[in-house]
Amino acid sequence: MHDNEHASHHHEESFISKYIFSLDHKTIGKQFLIYGLIMFFVGGGLALLFRWQLAYPERPVPIIGASEKYMEEGEVTTGADKMWERIYETDEEEWLEVNMPNGVIEPAFYNMLFTMHATIMVFFVVVPILVGAFGNFLIPLMIGTRDMAFPILNMLSFWLAVLAAIIMAIGFFVPGGHAAAGWTGYAPLSADPQWTGVDWGQNLWAISLLIQGFSSLVGSINYITTIINMRAPGMTLFRMPLVIWSLFIVAILLLLAFPVLSSALALLIFDRLAGTTFFTATAEGGGDPLLWQHLFWFFGHPEVYVLILPGMGIASELIPVFSRKPIFGYRSMVYAMIAIAFLGWIVWGHHMFQSGMQPTLGSAFMMTTMLIAVPSAIKTFNWLGTMYKGSIQFTSPMLHSIAFVSMFVIGGLSGIYMANAPVDGFIHDTYYIVAHIHYVVFGGSLFAIFGGIIFWFPKMYGRHMNDVLNKIHFWLTFVAFNCTFFPMHILGVGGHMRRISNPMQYEFLQGFQGMNIFITMSAFTLGAAQLILVFNFFWSMSRGKVAEKNPWHVNTLEWEAPTPVPHGNFVGPVPTVYRGPYEYSVPGEESDWIPQVQPEHAPATGGD
Amino acid sequence: MLQWLPENISTFGQGVDNIFHIIYYITLVVFILVMGTLIIFLIKYRHQAGQKATYIEGSTTLEIVWTAATTVIVFGLAMLSYPQWNQIKSPNEFPANPDVLVQVSGKQFNWDMTYPGPDNELGTDDDLELENELHVPVNAVVHIRLTAEDVIHSFFVPQLRLKQDALPNRFINVWFEATKTGRYEIPCAELCGFGHSGMLGYLNVHSQADYDAWVKERWPQ
Ligand code: HEM
Ligand SMILES: [Cu+2]
Ligand SMILES: [Cu+2]
Repeated sequence: MHDNEHASHHHEESFISKYIFSLDHKTIGKQFLIYGLIMFFVGGGLALLFRWQLAYPERPVPIIGASEKYMEEGEVTTGADKMWERIYETDEEEWLEVNMPNGVIEPAFYNMLFTMHATIMVFFVVVPILVGAFGNFLIPLMIGTRDMAFPILNMLSFWLAVLAAIIMAIGFFVPGGHAAAGWTGYAPLSADPQWTGVDWGQNLWAISLLIQGFSSLVGSINYITTIINMRAPGMTLFRMPLVIWSLFIVAILLLLAFPVLSSALALLIFDRLAGTTFFTATAEGGGDPLLWQHLFWFFGHPEVYVLILPGMGIASELIPVFSRKPIFGYRSMVYAMIAIAFLGWIVWGHHMFQSGMQPTLGSAFMMTTMLIAVPSAIKTFNWLGTMYKGSIQFTSPMLHSIAFVSMFVIGGLSGIYMANAPVDGFIHDTYYIVAHIHYVVFGGSLFAIFGGIIFWFPKMYGRHMNDVLNKIHFWLTFVAFNCTFFPMHILGVGGHMRRISNPMQYEFLQGFQGMNIFITMSAFTLGAAQLILVFNFFWSMSRGKVAEKNPWHVNTLEWEAPTPVPHGNFVGPVPTVYRGPYEYSVPGEESDWIPQVQPEHAPATGGD
Repeated sequence: MLQWLPENISTFGQGVDNIFHIIYYITLVVFILVMGTLIIFLIKYRHQAGQKATYIEGSTTLEIVWTAATTVIVFGLAMLSYPQWNQIKSPNEFPANPDVLVQVSGKQFNWDMTYPGPDNELGTDDDLELENELHVPVNAVVHIRLTAEDVIHSFFVPQLRLKQDALPNRFINVWFEATKTGRYEIPCAELCGFGHSGMLGYLNVHSQADYDAWVKERWPQ
């Protein structure tokens, strides 16, 4: 049989084709995971740097910033006076001296830091981990097939992402610095170097994201094809685990949304390098800055759902397993995701309520945005319903899932305020938005990622992560996360703008200094806690407790494959599916779980 | 949470605050209910030796109930804010015949205020340009012609509950009526370059008499 031939080939593979240019979906998934974790540290480090500036404006950053001059004289002059100067004549000076004169983060550098923080977190951490890592690892295993439909495209997708990361990294070291127009890159600020002094940094930013877009595109074509064509016998669409549903929908969103960003980026590059004026308005005519915003957010809003849907999918796997109960309302979970995917296309204007867009149009977007809260609420209620009358095991993956649900509730509720255009008129572009983003993306997506990593680690590496470290990491992260981001709601209600490097320049923000210091200290704790996770991750790869085939007693197909999973995934023919993925605690059965491969009328044995 | 809102000094600001309060109480109740339920479930249904979970696949009735309930709430909230939104932003609902008209233009990194002078027309000789200082009388309708010279800025007066982006080559009409005299900050709320932080103007709300005196001083005839 062709499949077995395939499986036996793997002995002859060289190191390079096995671990580097691998075509195996599992290896590519793990590559994406490690890529995402590395970038997570880069992005996090940038955030800690600018958090220092917010807590202690104009004071030198410890360690890196303690310049000799400061040590000798104890006096700091701010970089502000030298700003224009710096932009027109940068060459000779040393990188650190340019960006952090006397160890103080100067305003242009500050802008670059938050721009790159968000860019990296969105495009190089959350999407690669959720879609690249979990998508690749889980899809073939959970639908019961041996690999992706197009393994070579799959490999290409990863190496394009690496190329994009390298280009993005180079941007830090070009004259003029890296992109500093926000992750949203609003034109005309981003469209002409004269406004920021950033020259090739912004170009490389755009080129890198274009490439990252191709990577996602290639990946999503692969996911869609694989899910449609290659499901195991008996794996009907409505027997698919919800995480596969979420990845399927996300692949469709990416396929349709990324080309819009790519076109916008291409136009931006033309504006910057070829003298076109798509995004700049001049008295003589030309384009329109609002065009950029429309294109960006037409991509951007579906993109934020790309960031959360797989997280919802992961939570929908873990909660039933650790409540030993079927997911509550399987179909309504699927329909809610489909509804989000549709509504997600017609709400982008809520990012532009105050942009000068026609107010009537704003009214329409207000209504659609309100409606998108409905499927989010449905999902939350269904997770609660799943725990109702369950037998809840507080394992580390479950703790992360519970955190996911509760943090998502806060993020969703804060969305309601902003969906209200007149209220948004006050909190738009304040820390309220920053709080919202982090409750949905960190509180939501990242907690789901942490839970997912711990949960599937045994299948990925054949070992368990250390549970004590996992619990310490969880509690530290949960507490520090809330201490970091909850107060930002209050800053926002106080009118504290986002993207300002020194809040103490404003009379009405004087009262917030203490809160900013508290946030920064919590942020450093949060950052430090992540070191535990990464240490645990790499340490457990070789030292963790050896895992059995199905340690959590899960029904879905990935746990039918041997551990570690061989090339070709399943031994013998691919499994046949007889039932849905969440048959836990079925009445009259002795075992509290019935794998999807268990035939309908055979006595349940609980798998192995 | 609510006490952190800066003092409101505009006629429409109270309406914004009211909606804010309504949403605050609704979301607070929802939050407490959801979290309370979650915590109760976590305690009550924690794994205990010899106890098995109950097999429940879902409930169509419940799905319909919570879908309908949330739809009604969010729909209601949207309907509630339409009048408010139009009052603030729809030019055809602005109070006509402003007492004061000023052009405000954002540029890296200042707010330029242009007063039309006695002829009430911009672009004439008696125009007055001020940097970062906006003077208006209290309890008077002010119209602002908002624009920008280079990149996008955002005109934000927290105490007025007013924020509007300023775009190059586009003139956006904004209005407000301040109800309290004083000096208020006008930060720029949209990232506009390295001087964005600290881009700051001032709104001076004068009593009518003081304002008249100020006008007299500027245009002596
Ligand atoms: C209950 C559903 C949600 C509603 C009603 C909602 C509403 C909004 C609104 C109105 C804004 C624009 C605010 C402004 O800039 O003034 C916004 C911003 C944002 N939302 Fe949501 N949101 C929801 C869920 C989510 C989810 C699930 C995610 C992602 C995982 C998300 C991510 C973001 C991000 C990243 C921004 C800020 C973008 C930026 O300006 O940098 N939101 N949301
Ligand atoms: Cu959005
Ligand atoms: Cu600005």
